Amino acid sequence: MKTLNRRDFGVAVVAAILLPATTARADDMEVHIDNFVFQPAELKIKLGTTVTWTNRDDIPHTVVSAGKFRSKALDTDDKFSFTFTNAGDYKYFCSLHPHMTGMIKVE
Amino acid sequence: MSGHDHGDGVSRRKVLECMTWAGTGVLWTITGGVPRSLGIIDSAQAATAAAPGMTFLQISDSHVGFDKPANPNALGTLEEAINKINAMPAKPSFMIHTGDITHLSKAAEFDNADRIISQSKLDVHYVPGEHDFLDEEVKFYRERYGRGTKGAGWYSFDAGGVHFIGLVNVVDLKAGGLGNLGAEQLAWLEDDLRGKSKSTPIVLFAHIPLWTVYPEWGWGTEDGGRALEHVKGFGSVTVLNGHIHQVMQKVEGNVTFHTARSTAFPQPAPGSAPSPGPMKVEDAKLRGMLGVASINFKQNEQRLAIIDTPLQG
Repeated sequence: MKTLNRRDFGVAVVAAILLPATTARADDMEVHIDNFVFQPAELKIKLGTTVTWTNRDDIPHTVVSAGKFRSKALDTDDKFSFTFTNAGDYKYFCSLHPHMTGMIKVE
Repeated sequence: MSGHDHGDGVSRRKVLECMTWAGTGVLWTITGGVPRSLGIIDSAQAATAAAPGMTFLQISDSHVGFDKPANPNALGTLEEAINKINAMPAKPSFMIHTGDITHLSKAAEFDNADRIISQSKLDVHYVPGEHDFLDEEVKFYRERYGRGTKGAGWYSFDAGGVHFIGLVNVVDLKAGGLGNLGAEQLAWLEDDLRGKSKSTPIVLFAHIPLWTVYPEWGWGTEDGGRALEHVKGFGSVTVLNGHIHQVMQKVEGNVTFHTARSTAFPQPAPGSAPSPGPMKVEDAKLRGMLGVASINFKQNEQRLAIIDTPLQG
């Protein structure tokens, strides 16, 4: 994970305002797993965005989208990242607790 | 049906108490075909001492490697459970383990589990839980326990006049769904039961409950009903599961459903918490919520006697 200091962050914000939306660098996004729930359950992102899932439960979970991406078992505080380079809807779930489902919409 | 709640069967109240205080292991007694699980270690011991016939044990959800606040030493409580078993006055014939042997499928976790469980000096028949298939190549469970099994690890065997069937319902789970047996396993089950006398007592065991306990938490098996169709007509069917880390029982016709406690950590009653995750209780209460089960079988009695025994009564 890149860390931004306050000044860099300011520059990034200015750049995002000045550049047309289509060329703005997509911000990285996060999904947390808390109490067997993906939060947010649905995320709309721009092409090229990297999404990072963090498991904050005391039980391992996975993040799986059939044919698209599959994490290994994430123990407590483990992370999994995926960069979305194709537009579309990505349904995903936890292969250990399949009632846990989520959606990433890539525009 | 109505006769089941009389005599030496488990009363509804007892069952409800067990449901509240699920824990150590379940002592299953097959007496005349129907397993009955008894409540606490002491009553379990009393009952097994008095009960002739075959007795076997069920342990479940040992989660070796788990070290979170709900129980920082899951290996230690597994050892306590095995010590309880070793102290039983009548030696059981064998043991079944209904899965989640380990927490993260690490080789060292399997090794530690085996080191402790083997101290019982009992034959152990395993089925996997979802926590036992987490290694990259999904090989550690199969290398250790997959010999002579079909598919992802299902098999059957006979003991004491009872036909035991170990099923796997933790692989190929579908988004939004529950536990899953799959067409191949169901076809095998049908074949396995073909030609069996309907008077043969049947014990089905698997990790996730084969009946729908609480779908909101995934506590059930999508095609469990199809497995039960294959045992329709048998005079005595007992379904033993784990996964939910608490004792629950229901009887439907000739079928008794029962879930065993974990030896590692308790989970909340359905819907009583935001999630089914490990439940942290006061230290003094933990061992009352962990346990094993003992099951006794006697010829000519339809129901097996199941005794759930917490680590600490």
